[in-house]
Amino acid sequence: MSDTTLHTPDTLRARSEEVSAYLPALLADAQHLAATVLLGEHGRKRAGQGDNFWQYRPAQPGDSRRQIDWRQSGRSDGHYVRETEWQAAQSVMLWVDAAGSMTYSGHKDRPSKLRRAQTLGMAIAILAQRAGERIGLMNLPEPPRSGKAQLLNMARALMDPSETADYGAPRPQVLPNGSRGVFFSDFMGDITATETALTTAADRGVKGTIVHVLDPTEESFPFDGRTVFQSMTGAVEFETMRAKTLRDAYLDRLAARKAALQTLCARTGWRYYCHHTDGSAEPALLWLYAALERAR
Amino acid sequence: MSGLSFAAPLLLLALLALPILWWLLRAVPPAPTKRRFPGVALLLGLRDDDAETDKTPWWLLVLRTLAVAAVIVGFAGPVLNPRTPAEGSGPMLIVMDASWASARDWPARIERLGEILTEAARAERTVAIQPLTGPLTPPEFRAPRDWLPELAGLRPAPYAPDYAAVADWASGLEGIGEVVWFSDGLARDRDAAIAAMAPSRVIQSPQPVLGLIPPSYADGIITLTAMRAARARVAADYPLNAIGPGPDGIVTTLATGMLSFADGEDTATLDLSLPPELRNRVQRFEIGGQRSAGAVSLTDDALQRREVALLTAEADAETQDLLSPLYYLNRALAPTADLIEGALDDMLLANPDVLVLADVAQFTASETGAVTEWVENGGLLVRFAGPRLAGSDVSRAEEDPLMPVRLRTGGRTIGGALSWGEPKTLRPFADTSPFFGLPVPPDVTVASQVMAQPDPTLAERSIAALADGTPLVTRKVMGQGQVVLFHVTANAEWSNLPLSGLFVQMLERLAISTRPATPEAEDLADVTWVPSVVLDGFGLPQDAARFAGVSGTVLAEGLLGPELPPGLYAGLERRVALNVLGADDTLTLAEWPLNLPVEGVATQPELLLMPLFLTLALFLLAIDAVASLWLGGRLRGAMPLIAGLAIMLMPIPPAHAQNNSATDEALALLASTDIRLGYVITGDARMDDVSEAGLAGLSAALTRRTSVEPESPLGVDIERDELSLFPMLYWPITERQQIPSDAAYSALNRYLRGGGMIVFDTRDADVSRFGGTSPNARRLQAIAQPLDIPPLEPLPADHVLTRTFYLLQDFPGRHASRDVWVEAAPDAEEVEGIPFRTLNDGVTPVLIGGNDWAAAWATNANGQHLFPVGRGFAGERQREIAYRFGINLVMHVLSGNYKSDQVHVPALLDRLGQ
Repeated sequence: MSDTTLHTPDTLRARSEEVSAYLPALLADAQHLAATVLLGEHGRKRAGQGDNFWQYRPAQPGDSRRQIDWRQSGRSDGHYVRETEWQAAQSVMLWVDAAGSMTYSGHKDRPSKLRRAQTLGMAIAILAQRAGERIGLMNLPEPPRSGKAQLLNMARALMDPSETADYGAPRPQVLPNGSRGVFFSDFMGDITATETALTTAADRGVKGTIVHVLDPTEESFPFDGRTVFQSMTGAVEFETMRAKTLRDAYLDRLAARKAALQTLCARTGWRYYCHHTDGSAEPALLWLYAALERAR
Repeated sequence: MSGLSFAAPLLLLALLALPILWWLLRAVPPAPTKRRFPGVALLLGLRDDDAETDKTPWWLLVLRTLAVAAVIVGFAGPVLNPRTPAEGSGPMLIVMDASWASARDWPARIERLGEILTEAARAERTVAIQPLTGPLTPPEFRAPRDWLPELAGLRPAPYAPDYAAVADWASGLEGIGEVVWFSDGLARDRDAAIAAMAPSRVIQSPQPVLGLIPPSYADGIITLTAMRAARARVAADYPLNAIGPGPDGIVTTLATGMLSFADGEDTATLDLSLPPELRNRVQRFEIGGQRSAGAVSLTDDALQRREVALLTAEADAETQDLLSPLYYLNRALAPTADLIEGALDDMLLANPDVLVLADVAQFTASETGAVTEWVENGGLLVRFAGPRLAGSDVSRAEEDPLMPVRLRTGGRTIGGALSWGEPKTLRPFADTSPFFGLPVPPDVTVASQVMAQPDPTLAERSIAALADGTPLVTRKVMGQGQVVLFHVTANAEWSNLPLSGLFVQMLERLAISTRPATPEAEDLADVTWVPSVVLDGFGLPQDAARFAGVSGTVLAEGLLGPELPPGLYAGLERRVALNVLGADDTLTLAEWPLNLPVEGVATQPELLLMPLFLTLALFLLAIDAVASLWLGGRLRGAMPLIAGLAIMLMPIPPAHAQNNSATDEALALLASTDIRLGYVITGDARMDDVSEAGLAGLSAALTRRTSVEPESPLGVDIERDELSLFPMLYWPITERQQIPSDAAYSALNRYLRGGGMIVFDTRDADVSRFGGTSPNARRLQAIAQPLDIPPLEPLPADHVLTRTFYLLQDFPGRHASRDVWVEAAPDAEEVEGIPFRTLNDGVTPVLIGGNDWAAAWATNANGQHLFPVGRGFAGERQREIAYRFGINLVMHVLSGNYKSDQVHVPALLDRLGQ
């Protein structure tokens, strides 16, 4: 997927088939995951444009005749207008870190962090789309849209292996005011980019959540012996004689990184969730759904 | 000869390079593992606590150095016990005693012979091999390689060489470079032969030579004596086996004992006390584990004792001992035969060789039949006359089948107080009589006797007569046996014959008793003895057909040779065993001239140590690999591999050690804790799978629809498993099914009588009708032949099977034939007021059909049907009916005729109301 060396016309067809075979799988995964969450009502709690009944109010001058609900008016002497609840569409902007570090999986039976993050992202996008919200990817220049076609576009964009860096950083291109943002990443890289992105977003009234996707190996560091650790692209290397002795130091640093992210979230009013790829995706999705719901 | 040498000693210089290797290895730390790990960003800047492991630990170094040293030593080609070439030149003559005493370690001798041939081949010498027991021919010197194929054909003879002839032969030899003598280890008359040949070395096994002397028998105890010729006369135990046909006719070990040689003793004796049944069957005794004709002793008539059943009519009458009709018989027979007394039926069960009836006149019809059958199968019935026989009507007008002649009423008395004449003496026996040749003592007289009716056959049946010609003993052949009548009493009442020695001799001649003594030369003479069993040098019985008969004088001489091998010789009505060792023989060790080197048979073989060292090196390297992994922290991933290796290296416990009873018990528990349907394992794996799936489907249907909730079905091996645990057995018939064994049939019959039910399914109703000649039907007939199956009838419309759960009139499976047969109702009596017949109280023991029910019922684990039934909705309906039939079937088995009664309830209530 991230192998750019094979990007030749000869392999294009094979790669395209591979990707197109993968795309429905991502969608299906996400659809399947989204199906586990029942859609709730999230109206605006006031009259406006929408489908659901809100109230009858006496007709006032200025109301057009067409607005009068004749059936209700026929029961009494006055004229009533039927009002529906205002259902304004919200924008949900996603960022799924597609950097090299996300392609890591500690065990052959576990999905990579990227795969899990994509699944979760698509699932929340599907849920949002069903609720009528607009959805989009914040690292693309396109504005958020609603509708099923947007889902397909998003899936295609998510699967597009454009990122070649070792560690990703959120660089939102489109972030409408008052929208919701969701960041999926392992946040292994430099944290300042995340800080900047988050504070900028908070300044524009964007609320949202950070989903910290980690492989269990990254939490337990089960290594020993003389080891050369390399980043996924091989750009960063670190050699140790006894990996075991570094475990405590590593775990301390990881805890510090989590703490930093949580502090950042607390400061900006975002929410933080740590997800491990050995667990199932449903709890994460439920939490995510509830978190976005509350933020509304 | 022993020691260690190297094929390539210069290679050992490589060991000097080990210190350099040590230094090199020490400088190179273990290679690092490369890992992709995103968390490396968090690791940057951390420091290792210590850098100790960048050097190889000393013990790993030792391990590697040892491994390399082992490789070097291994390739240097170490050899343990290297062979040194033998000296000597010219053509080599190998003479072998090749007698029975060499047989005990014959393979070792042949192996040694092969080694000598190999040596000779290396030295490019020609060789001739001469077994001294074989025909002595001028030696034929050939290349050793030519002899190799003939080694396997060399056999020890069951006799000793004739050394006088050997000396003659040896004196004519010329141009011999070296003579090697394979000795059998026993002292023999070899001096002349040694002098003629002057062997350069003697090869002789240090193992003791064992021999078994023919057993002697006295007072019910068989005494066996074994001898040994051994250099070290230490205490040793050897098993002794008595071999003979078992009750099933298969030759087996009937009894065993232990021959214990005490320290310093050359003989060991063993007293064996065997029941007569067993003793009479013993064919030979042998020392266990000794493959030698000398360790085998054949038994002949001397050991055999006949079983004689004695019966008198006065068993209960209180008579004085001396007047008892059996007293003299007892005295005459007890030393040489085993006597049985008791009721006639019991004695016949023991199948005695001889039945003696002392003055017994009448038999019941059944007794007559039994005795007649026994006689015709080879029994010898000996009857003595007496007052009862004389006073009875037995064999008066018509010849009684169990009497040789007709008798005149009353008999006669001569020389008594009120009669004329003198008591009669015996006439000398005619040459046609079995008593011919027995001296007739003049003092034997007969005072009373029963008289034979003059019949045309009387003359030929009379085998002993009084001086006036009246028959005293008559004999008639019946089938394979014979009936003999002594016309006098068995006690001294009518004659003094039973008091005389002649009586015993006559009994002997009639083969009622056997001669215990060893045969004398004159007994053997004048008869040609035909070998019936012949021993080879290893003591194994051979086919005797290729040996000619020998004359009695040769046999009496007992000089074993090619013409007279040891064995069992039969002549007239007796058999004589000629064993390798006689009662007087002794075994002594061979003594060789002092200047003659004597070598053992077995030599220490050359042992190449190269594989050993290389294996050791491999093993060390394997340990090194594991240790390196461990040091490098890579052991975690390799753990399953190492565990797998460890499992492979572990000795596999013998699976057959598991006791069958444990599995039997497990099956019994499985089958008895829950209801389980059983199917008979046909041996056709596919068929058995279908049966299992079918019964599983039926069990599921039962669980769903009824209160019968069977567990998963079990396969039943009718040869082994207990059947009574299963309420019902489904038995599909396949064409190639094995016919069950007798034991299985008796178990099946027990099962059927005990209320079990077998559903036979020929599975061919689509092509064949019941009773047809399809292959499966024929197989069913063959299988069911010995089964205890009652008369059958087609399932009648009012059979209880049609209404045990569902009301059914069709019983389809995959096929929808109506030909389903069950036990016929005993008699279909119509009872007034009851609309149905009173059916048999129990369950029908068999149900036979061909509708392939199991296939219709079969489902997989998910409940999907495995086989199509019919087409469309009609097919589904047929499957449903098949299930209903199955449910009815199980209900019928479990509830018996309960349902039959239930349908009568209205009628019963009606009757109660009246």
